[in-house]
Amino acid sequence: MQETEFDARIAAGETIEPKDWMPERYRKQLIRMMSQHAHSEIVGMLPEGNWITRAPTLRRKMGLLAKVQDEAGHGLYIYCGTETLGIDRSELIDQLLSGKAKYSSIFNYPTLTWADIGAIGWFVDGAAIVNQTMLAKASYGPYARAMIRICKEENFHKRQGYEIMATLAAGTPEQHRMAQDAVDRWWWPSLMMFGPSDKDSPNSAELTKWGVKRKGNDELRQRYVNLSVAQAKAIELTLPDPALKFNETTGDWDFGPIDWDEFQRVVRGDGPCNRERLEARNAAHRDGAWVRQAAEAYAAKHAH
Amino acid sequence: MQPLHTYCLRLADDRLVLGHRLSEWCGHAPILEEDIALANIALDLIGQANLFYGLVGDPDQLAYLRDGIDYQNALIVELPKGDFAFTIIRQFLFSAAALYQMDALSRSTNADLGGIAAKATKETRYHVRHAGDWVLKLGDGTDESHRRAQDALNALWRYTGELFLVDAVDEALIAEGLAPRLDAAQWRETVTDVIHRATLTVPDDGYMQRGGRQGRHTEALGHLLSEMQILQRSHPGAKW
Amino acid sequence: MSGNGEWPLWEVFVQPPGGAPFEHAGSVHAVDAESALQNARDVYARRGEAVNIWVVPTGAITASTPEDQGPFFEPGNDKPYRHPQFYTSPRGVRV
Repeated sequence: MQETEFDARIAAGETIEPKDWMPERYRKQLIRMMSQHAHSEIVGMLPEGNWITRAPTLRRKMGLLAKVQDEAGHGLYIYCGTETLGIDRSELIDQLLSGKAKYSSIFNYPTLTWADIGAIGWFVDGAAIVNQTMLAKASYGPYARAMIRICKEENFHKRQGYEIMATLAAGTPEQHRMAQDAVDRWWWPSLMMFGPSDKDSPNSAELTKWGVKRKGNDELRQRYVNLSVAQAKAIELTLPDPALKFNETTGDWDFGPIDWDEFQRVVRGDGPCNRERLEARNAAHRDGAWVRQAAEAYAAKHAH
Repeated sequence: MQPLHTYCLRLADDRLVLGHRLSEWCGHAPILEEDIALANIALDLIGQANLFYGLVGDPDQLAYLRDGIDYQNALIVELPKGDFAFTIIRQFLFSAAALYQMDALSRSTNADLGGIAAKATKETRYHVRHAGDWVLKLGDGTDESHRRAQDALNALWRYTGELFLVDAVDEALIAEGLAPRLDAAQWRETVTDVIHRATLTVPDDGYMQRGGRQGRHTEALGHLLSEMQILQRSHPGAKW
Repeated sequence: MSGNGEWPLWEVFVQPPGGAPFEHAGSVHAVDAESALQNARDVYARRGEAVNIWVVPTGAITASTPEDQGPFFEPGNDKPYRHPQFYTSPRGVRV
């Protein structure tokens, strides 16, 4: 009946819009996936925002500020898209602040040097682009449209990061060391961004059936690795994987084993910065309550 | 340094320092929309600073390699960001003055200066609008927001006089039509109107703090510059 | 403690430069029209994608429903007189 019709629409590549009938499970999965994505953008502002006041040139300062601003905007687009599924932003925010909701675990790592900013742009945004390009064809209209908008802006983020790394790699010995050190710390976590292998991923099958995910985690991760190897070579930085080897048969770069224990540990809350990230968001929310209340009070007084 | 360069340096320093203070909110604002809005204003200001520095010399050299005693920003912009009320009131008071200044400066006999000022006028108009809207919301919001806004106004008022001080540098430029003579009365009328509509009280004029234009700053600037300049100072001559 | 999910939702329409029609860009939360407009400008138009912005309270929009899709939107295929190809004109004449 409705479910069969829905499946047929998905199979035909149709876009599902907010007022269309959808299985309750589809709605729930989308809310989970979209809100997790939005939370990641918001939390992602923190490791990068950490270096705005220390950005080493005016151009870098403005570039980083614009990037972090974009991330806030991306979070906003996706929160608004999620709300079309019948949930309030305030409820989503509560889920994040209480620790109930997940966000991309990559943001639980610290930014220790300016080179980390380059590494994040290059690796983290690079991985996000691979993922988001696929999501731009997601079956749910508001999500797909938010992704298209985000993809346009994301390219500048990755370019910026890569340019920073290239400059450092070609700079003084201290700068080169700074860049290589950042690569050593951010490479493996960036591979984990694509999630567990498909065979170990509980949500993958359903999301694929419903046209939300159109490609598997492993395929996307491999694409990202292939792109990154060439990019690293071009700027003379070494990816910290002795097992990296070009496979003549597949045309892919084979890579070494990912430490899934580390991934699980960070997802579970024992990463370097989990507590700090959540506390920072809670502090902003708490300290800002009087401001939000003021705006509401003013609007109530002046409503016509 | 010739008067024109000093004048441009002051404009640039004001904007860089204020933009830097605003950028400190990124990721910590009361609402997501405000993270974006404050970042926008910060970007505009730093962009303007970059252009004004460009009329004097190498912008990065000027921004990252001068000590505090060579900075000539007004004191009001270097004060720590405080709470949201402090940030908003400071922004409003500064931008209201900056709007008149940029608007008049856009008619400078120096085309470069005039061009930058014309662009800055458009941006500043929006800054005044945004900050002004928040002044109303905070002043006429809740008891708590009203108290915080009034506290901020009381703390900041003594730094507003410096924005209208005229010295030999200004006089030299005014004489040649390069820069305008600023009218404090016009600014006062504008801000008083908004302050009253926000149900706030204009503080009494007392002694107006000054010294920024002569490189005599508050203790805050030293910390700000330490943070801002650290990488360039630690890696002399490096490219970023 | 108030979040701002209770703030009214506004739909944002932006008009790109060059005389193009308004397009739906997304939504913003804001307490009033003035801040909705400012938020919309900051979120959806900071790269110069818009020369004009409309913000409309979401509740003010009357929308067709999926059930309408059949009868509400007339199928065009059997009403050829609505399409220019239905009409002929002499060769060489621009109409």
